[in-house]
Amino acid sequence: MPEGTMNQGIGASVRRKEDKKFITGKGRYTDDINRNGQLYAYFIRSDVAHANIKNINVNAAAKCEGVVAVYTGEDIAADGIGGPICGWTPTNRDGSAPKEPPHPLLAVGKVRYVGDHIAVVIAESLEAAQAASEKIVIDLDNLPAVVDPATAIGNTQIHDEMDDNVYFDWELGDETATADALGGADKVIELTVTNNRVIPNAIEPRAAVAEYDEIEDRYTLYTSSQNPHLTRLVMAAFMMQIPESKLHVVAPDVGGGFGSKIYIYPEEAVCTWAAKKLRKPVKWTADRTQAFLGDAHGRDHVNKVKLGLDKNNKIVGLRVDTIANLGAYLSAFSMVTPTYLHGTLLSGCYDIPAIYTNVKGVCTTTVNVDAYRGAGRPEATYLLERTMDYAARQIGMDPAEFRRINFIPKDAFPYQTAVALQYDIGDYEPALDKAMEMIDYANFGSRQAEAAKRGKYRGIGLSSYIEACGIAPSAVVGTLGARVGLYESAVVRVDPTGTISVFTGAHSHGQGHDTTFAQIVADKLGVPIDSIDIVHGDTDRIPFGMGTYGSRSLAVGGTAISKAVDKVIEKGKIIAAHMMEAAETDLEFKDGKFTVAGTDKEKSFGEIALSAYVPHNFPHDRLEPGLEETAFYDPLNFTYPAGTHICEVEIDPATGVVDIVDWAACDDFGNLINPMIVEGQVHGGIAQGVGQALLENAHYNEDGQLLTASYMDYCMPRADNLPSLKIDYTVTACTHNDLGVKGCGEAGAIASPPAVINAIVDALSVVGVTDMSMPATTEKIWRAINDATAKAAE
Amino acid sequence: MALVKMTVNGQAVEYDVPDNTLLVSFIRETLELTGTHVGCDTSQCGACVVHVDGQSVKACTMLAAQAAGSEITTIEGIANGDELHPMQKAFHENHGLQCGYCTPGMVMSAIELVEKNKGLTEQQIREGLEGNICRCTGYHNIVKSVQAAAQEMGG
Ligand code: FES
Ligand code: FES
Repeated sequence: MPEGTMNQGIGASVRRKEDKKFITGKGRYTDDINRNGQLYAYFIRSDVAHANIKNINVNAAAKCEGVVAVYTGEDIAADGIGGPICGWTPTNRDGSAPKEPPHPLLAVGKVRYVGDHIAVVIAESLEAAQAASEKIVIDLDNLPAVVDPATAIGNTQIHDEMDDNVYFDWELGDETATADALGGADKVIELTVTNNRVIPNAIEPRAAVAEYDEIEDRYTLYTSSQNPHLTRLVMAAFMMQIPESKLHVVAPDVGGGFGSKIYIYPEEAVCTWAAKKLRKPVKWTADRTQAFLGDAHGRDHVNKVKLGLDKNNKIVGLRVDTIANLGAYLSAFSMVTPTYLHGTLLSGCYDIPAIYTNVKGVCTTTVNVDAYRGAGRPEATYLLERTMDYAARQIGMDPAEFRRINFIPKDAFPYQTAVALQYDIGDYEPALDKAMEMIDYANFGSRQAEAAKRGKYRGIGLSSYIEACGIAPSAVVGTLGARVGLYESAVVRVDPTGTISVFTGAHSHGQGHDTTFAQIVADKLGVPIDSIDIVHGDTDRIPFGMGTYGSRSLAVGGTAISKAVDKVIEKGKIIAAHMMEAAETDLEFKDGKFTVAGTDKEKSFGEIALSAYVPHNFPHDRLEPGLEETAFYDPLNFTYPAGTHICEVEIDPATGVVDIVDWAACDDFGNLINPMIVEGQVHGGIAQGVGQALLENAHYNEDGQLLTASYMDYCMPRADNLPSLKIDYTVTACTHNDLGVKGCGEAGAIASPPAVINAIVDALSVVGVTDMSMPATTEKIWRAINDATAKAAE
Repeated sequence: MALVKMTVNGQAVEYDVPDNTLLVSFIRETLELTGTHVGCDTSQCGACVVHVDGQSVKACTMLAAQAAGSEITTIEGIANGDELHPMQKAFHENHGLQCGYCTPGMVMSAIELVEKNKGLTEQQIREGLEGNICRCTGYHNIVKSVQAAAQEMGG
């Protein structure tokens, strides 16, 4: 590699280009943006879970000082503004379409969860808006809340369009073959596995600043979004019914997303609509309470699992019946998460000949549930890895060995699962072995004995996961009934002086794209990364893109960039051939130089860039001036990262306090572009999974009140809840993208919850505990120990 | 209204603000120093931490008027011109940040922690940062950053 680019290419832990602005306080998040003359929106939210709206009187509020307007659902309806839509929909098992009841931006006729938007006050200051909101008189006729997904079906009807509270009833796999396999099994392990409800909690709350330009008849919306183009598409085409070109969406620096900032929420749309009505910019920023009440929650599945084993403890069949709580309204990915991203993953790392799953997506009077870091795959992994562990214990086999004998063997790839996916490549045993070595699995017994001497229960728990990343290959999801796939775009623009701008549809909100993407370009073109700018997050500047989620940025967005760079090189060769009067077929490009084979003729990349813009005598029939290329990449398949995480815990039986004493993770993400960034992604994912397993829970009481609506009640993992983490890798390169990459953003969150719970159950097995639900709080553990000891004493 | 005078990042400032103005709003909105963030409404997240007379304070828990006469340092004021503070450098070098939203508060808390405590252990650093929530990093690299900065700062 030429000088200046050393250690900046693929595989180098380049320090992040984006850090400087953040560590100096110069980041520009949505709430940092203010527009001249802006007004402030304050939303009045329902404080009951389910009620008919009899009357809303806004007269007194509208007269308050500083108030410019008060709007209700009727005003929105009168302007023909629609609500958020659900993007992907599965097909019911009887062939019918799922139910998609409307989601009005501001409630019409009924409220359906605590936090549902009833009205908005827009005023000259936030304080004025807030004060006036208290003058709004809302007359409600309460209806019973429906909170528990397990009993939602056929309970009090929530939407007119749906008499049984079931949005969809979907299946995958061969039901008869699975029944036969389970019928003929030597033993059938049965377990009910609940995946608790959690709240994403990006530390930057959602925010929006909308303005309307009368002369251009055009809106601009700044919003904390993971995918500005999707926001533009949905808002323009489905909500506001305006040409897309009339809506400019900017997602500036975004303080974390984890899924919750994919969706299009009512607030952004109401601000945008009101900006035109009032001819003034309108700003809204959520406070944390509103974030708890209004951001889409995650998980919330109840699964009944049956796993059949033959006499050699090989898995012969798996049946999973899932009830997924989707909340009061459908948000963008809510139906795809428990279906295409969940049912398809049920084979895990294992060779399972017959699988059948039925998923019912149910409506409750709780806020929407949608994709949260991992989206469907953590839920699938949790139920499978809990069941694997439970089964190993039942049959008295070491959990590592039980997994090993059931792994898909290395030579079986490409491997067709019983649930639609075909894994292109993988090798699961080396990752298991390495993780076991990293944590010194072999000597766990002596550590356990030593802990016992100190009166502590020590446990070890494994989780071998697989995920499907890079959503979504249209060819694959098309066969499952999805109407669309998701591609990514890239434009690579080389300036006359050789500097490069890359325009990508993948949005960065912590993932470090400015660095990783620049490394790909630097590596391929042999230029220093400082000469490369990554541009994202602005619909006026970047080509149509699908955004960042599902660990797709690198596998899909990075590949699009790589393809656009290839096109730049191809064109560069034609220019170089012309300049050096050589045959194009003799041109080579390496280390930033175009050379003619068998000669010493060469031109640097910079020379070619310049001549592209000051062309001399170009053969115009086949060579246009300029050096800028676009690529749209629709992946051929999902990518399949996999690996094993092992967690070791120590429990104090006197208090129930769990201490995570060690963690080893060995992941296969294919080729790594920036190992430092990858490791950071794994750390963050593990922390979120540990949070779910030990601390976090969105708790609604039976009246549908969210009892955990602040950081006082919703326990976030803090620095002293987590250990140092040992991370290592195995590599099988993805076979179907140019970079051989798989994606790493969600693996930690997918792998970690079962590792923690399996470790806890292992520790508590000394007193006879066989199962534990999430979050395994101190109190729950203390009670489990005491109940078990009391029972043993009987 | 209250006339509030203080020194912020070495500069004397003086503004008339409503009595109930929080220090964090004064910093973000009146002074337009938006590096100090707001992540919660219950004084739990630490995104808003600044130094008031050398002490870490959650700027959302204090009125601007209460800080009158104080010397305030925000994230914008810790570098020496182009020369980053060792804590800023360490966060960059050790990948101690992802989305950057918690970072200003985290850096400000960490500086005070290291300045006031010599020879911090990993566990003490973890406990010392208990008032700051980060959703992105899993804290592993934040702890490493603070350890590295402590070395640099003679802690
Ligand atoms: S804003 Fe969360 S502690 Fe101040
Ligand atoms: S870096 Fe995103 S919250 Fe800490």
